[in-house]
Amino acid sequence: MRSGLRAFVSALGIATGVAATSLSGPAMADPAPDVGNWQSVLDQARGQTVYWHAWGGEPRINDYIAWAGEQVRERYGVEVVQVKLTDTADAVTRVLSEKTAGVDDGGAVDMIWINGENFAAMKRNELLFGPWAEQTPNFAYVDVEGKPTVVNDFTVPTDGLEAPWGMAQVSFYYDTAKLDNVPKSAQQLLEWLVKHPGRFTYPQPPNYMGSTFLKQILTELVADPSVLQQPADETDAQATLAPLWGYLEDLQPLLWRDGQAYPQNGASMRTLLADNEVDIAFSFSSGEVSSAIEAFELPDTVRSYVFENGTLGNTNFVAIPYNASAKAGAVVLADFLMSPEAQLRKQDPQYWGADTVLAMDKLPADMQDAFANLDLGIASLAPSERGTILPEPHPSWMSLVETEWQKRYGVVQ
Amino acid sequence: MLRFVPILTLVLMIGPVSAGLIGTILPAFGILPALGRTTPSLDPWQALFAQPGLGTSIRLSFVNGLIATAISVAIVMLFCSAWQGTRIFHAMQRVLSPILSVPHATAAFGLAFLIAPSGWIVRVVAQVAGWERPPDIAIIHDPWGMALIAGLVAKEIPFLFLMTLSALPQADTDRTAQVTATLGYGRITGWFKATLPRIYPQIRLPVLAVLAYSTSVVDVAIILAPTTPAPLAVRILGWLSDPDLGLRFMASSAAVLQLLIVIAAMAVWIAGERIISALGRYWAEDGHRFKKDVALRGLAATMALVAAGAVVLGLIVLLVWSVAGFWAFPDLLPRGFSLRLWARELDAIGSSLTTTLLIGIPAVLVAVMLVLACLENEVRTGKAAGRQAMLLIYLPLLVPQISFMFGLQVFFTLLGLERTLLSVVLGHLVFVAPYVFLSLSEPFHALDPRYGQTALCLGASPARVFWQVRLPLLTRAVLTAAAVGLAVTVGQYLPTLLIGAGRFATVTTEAVALASGGDRRMIGIYGLLQMVLPFAGFALALLIPAVLFRHRRGMGAQNKG
Amino acid sequence: MPEAVKNGLELRDVHICLEGRELVAIDLSIAPGEIVTLMGPSGSGKSSLLGHICGTLPDAFDVSGQVNLDGRDLDGLAPQDRHVGILFQDDLLFPHLSVGGNLAFALPSHIKGRANRRSRVEAALSSAEMDGFYDRDPATLSGGQRARVALMRVLLSEPCALLLDEPFSKLDSGLRSQIRSFVFDLCRKNSLPTLMVTHDPEDGEAAGGRVIALD
Repeated sequence: MRSGLRAFVSALGIATGVAATSLSGPAMADPAPDVGNWQSVLDQARGQTVYWHAWGGEPRINDYIAWAGEQVRERYGVEVVQVKLTDTADAVTRVLSEKTAGVDDGGAVDMIWINGENFAAMKRNELLFGPWAEQTPNFAYVDVEGKPTVVNDFTVPTDGLEAPWGMAQVSFYYDTAKLDNVPKSAQQLLEWLVKHPGRFTYPQPPNYMGSTFLKQILTELVADPSVLQQPADETDAQATLAPLWGYLEDLQPLLWRDGQAYPQNGASMRTLLADNEVDIAFSFSSGEVSSAIEAFELPDTVRSYVFENGTLGNTNFVAIPYNASAKAGAVVLADFLMSPEAQLRKQDPQYWGADTVLAMDKLPADMQDAFANLDLGIASLAPSERGTILPEPHPSWMSLVETEWQKRYGVVQ
Repeated sequence: MLRFVPILTLVLMIGPVSAGLIGTILPAFGILPALGRTTPSLDPWQALFAQPGLGTSIRLSFVNGLIATAISVAIVMLFCSAWQGTRIFHAMQRVLSPILSVPHATAAFGLAFLIAPSGWIVRVVAQVAGWERPPDIAIIHDPWGMALIAGLVAKEIPFLFLMTLSALPQADTDRTAQVTATLGYGRITGWFKATLPRIYPQIRLPVLAVLAYSTSVVDVAIILAPTTPAPLAVRILGWLSDPDLGLRFMASSAAVLQLLIVIAAMAVWIAGERIISALGRYWAEDGHRFKKDVALRGLAATMALVAAGAVVLGLIVLLVWSVAGFWAFPDLLPRGFSLRLWARELDAIGSSLTTTLLIGIPAVLVAVMLVLACLENEVRTGKAAGRQAMLLIYLPLLVPQISFMFGLQVFFTLLGLERTLLSVVLGHLVFVAPYVFLSLSEPFHALDPRYGQTALCLGASPARVFWQVRLPLLTRAVLTAAAVGLAVTVGQYLPTLLIGAGRFATVTTEAVALASGGDRRMIGIYGLLQMVLPFAGFALALLIPAVLFRHRRGMGAQNKG
Repeated sequence: MPEAVKNGLELRDVHICLEGRELVAIDLSIAPGEIVTLMGPSGSGKSSLLGHICGTLPDAFDVSGQVNLDGRDLDGLAPQDRHVGILFQDDLLFPHLSVGGNLAFALPSHIKGRANRRSRVEAALSSAEMDGFYDRDPATLSGGQRARVALMRVLLSEPCALLLDEPFSKLDSGLRSQIRSFVFDLCRKNSLPTLMVTHDPEDGEAAGGRVIALD
């Protein structure tokens, strides 16, 4: 990252030789592929190695990625290496640091699993290659009409700079062996907590899941949810957020550890439920809960549900940095990831259990059947059980909520 | 050739640190051309000081780092004074040495699984008390950071203990103890009055390294420290990985602030040393003998045992988790066991161990060669003058990683060396070489110089003296230093990830990535895997000399020194 | 041994100073086979003088005068090129080598051939009445045996002069006279100019040569 490179170099007194080396770089410059001419993309991709930066915290997902890599190697001669991240922003940081160093070609990152704030930041700072996504063959199957978030990432138009990969929707889960009546709205949650203090918490913002919980509450409580679709600075943000802070005022003291400590992320919240420290937790995919049961992380009596007025849903994507070394290879991989075959396997909880971005009615009949016949897993919600999917607010709300939350609740000592 | 090696070594240490620091300091003052900012400003500092809870974060880093260091040093000194030369002492030596190969994060996870409200200890209590739910109290992530202190202390004790051990022979401690005892002093008092002043200068550097580490630790802090707010270093990492790229500026000024905190903590520590040594001089001469120190001796042994026991028990919990089926609270053991996850990781394990060695072996070999060359050069030129300059080799241990690693990444990118094996090895070398130097210089200096003189007078060339006399005599010391170096390279996360651009998946980068998924089984597996190589390294360092010199009784005594 | 004129060891007006303080000032010549004893209290710079002669004295010392051995000027020569052997009060046998290994270490490389070298070592052992000790671990030897091996090791390196630094002070009194005569006999037999520093008057008496007191 950082650094006034050029100044930095001369300061070290090694200016000339170095500037020359940095141009030659570790990898050759990769000309932008002509996505309109698919055969040329395939030709260019053959023999390339795609370094795909993706969160690596879930072995099942890593296995799926390895499978996808295997497939594109056999079919298109493209090698795929997953760079396992703890945080997607690390990849953003890396692209930025390369731009800082003047590495405008031959960058280390060929593809990023991304959405929301990270995408918005990369788009804003012109760190992405494209547009390319909507010209790929398999994009034709994507459910643009039924799932508008596949081209609007947290309200930010994707403009073909990223290809949709999976759908996510907030769902709550609990152990049916311990709990009968579960709260199904923000208000009910608060009332339930008054009776069961300390039995709920959320990951500490700015963790993604934690911020998502705050946005879920905000979306439920705000008088006019459409305000949230605009950038926060174009509205009366304080007034919009007031109900959220009023709600948290009541909620915070009732949380696990009296709101003095929080789980680090969704996974550690899951651990708290397994250890009977809390009664209700939430995730971005009910399939993930089924998999966790499969992996002995949760008891097999855990089930998922959604709030009655709906829960937030979004799409996650893959994007290609402007200085990627293997752009054509990345495009080919992204296209494969959108293929019915790859999406079918992705939705199968045996392998992953994440929802498809494809439109069933656009698929060939045999694929439609295959999707319909999937066994979704014991704690997964069928499409019919999912209720309303609420749109994500504009990313600026997330930053605003995180900053304000940090001021109000991030410092308790 | 040889006389250029010390300079080369220092350049390899100081170069990356200063390059990295420059890469941090510039954005701290608002200069980052990639984001279109080229004019200096103080805005990042204003933004930093406007951060809620900054004071608490600073306090957590500064105070907890000092406390953890003070407790570690106190326990080690107390234990050495109370038990040196006894059988318990040698037993402890055998227990603590392998603990050195446990990476910090593994030890921290083990401790967390042990003491958390849902951990093993509470489960035992729950069996008796009949609890069905873990108590809602913050034992880890506690507001005062006591769990963090405990984690650091448990892990630093073995390191400081072994450093003290290598310093002991220099002070002729066994005979000193006899003298003080015959003068009527209690064991502990005699040791503190007569031995400590002589060995403390030898362990001062390791102590400062522990202090620098404790005040800027990230991984252990994420696992054990409070989060509302977290210690400064953890928050810096958060800001650095925020999608809002504007936060880079503030993160850089925070990284500079982190460096200042470490410097301030060292200043406080050194001031404390002065005060204690001044008071200690009076105390040493006041004639009080404190003969009845049985209770204190017992306390010292208990504390050392608790520290070692916590790490060992933690490892056992990790092992149990790694093969656990569903494991509900308050069950003492899982309902079922499964090797499924181990089996699934088998392929990945093989390749990540290979990558780890691919980086580790060259880094360790180069470090050992450089350090040996520096030390040999010192012997051959007979000049002690360079010794002061060689202290600079420890710079990378005293500057917090987070304050220069990100700048260093840019530097390597600039050289066109980023994500090459060469740059990753160089990045590791920065941390490996100081530790190798730390563990090798004592034994090297302790070697009787007359061996070398005798050999020269027998007509052997200096090269032959080095290869056939000094090196074989130092076999165990060199191997131990290499094992220490290996443990250091295996544990590197930030340098591997940042400089290697994620192209080098080592056991540690895999472990950290999987730990973010929160499954305790995976944490158990990779936590144990991180130990495999360092442990094997230390085992070989014991085994090879033992086999090589099995018919040479004199080598045992030689290698003790 | 090098075929040179045997003039013995000459110290011409040698002064050794450390930080401005003069430790030793001596002018001395030792004939081949002669044993000169240097007596003096600790700290009188006796060992520094020996270090200077064999070339291992650290740079921190200031030295003037000349050291000459068999007509060669030793000053400025590397220790290994001086052909000056030294024995310390500790035998300093290399603990990682066998007894034979220690002796072979000292044997010059111009003696070629494995069997040949081995037989030279065996012969040396036998002359010290230690036949069959070739593969022994030095740590298993008695004090007297170690002292003898140490001397044989020096002699095998074919020195032109021998320095003894309190060589007998660590031996049992019973053993001392026996080892003394063993060492002195061999010095004379090999016509080595020998300089011994000690603070034990008996050493000087036993050597039977000149005794010079330093102060």
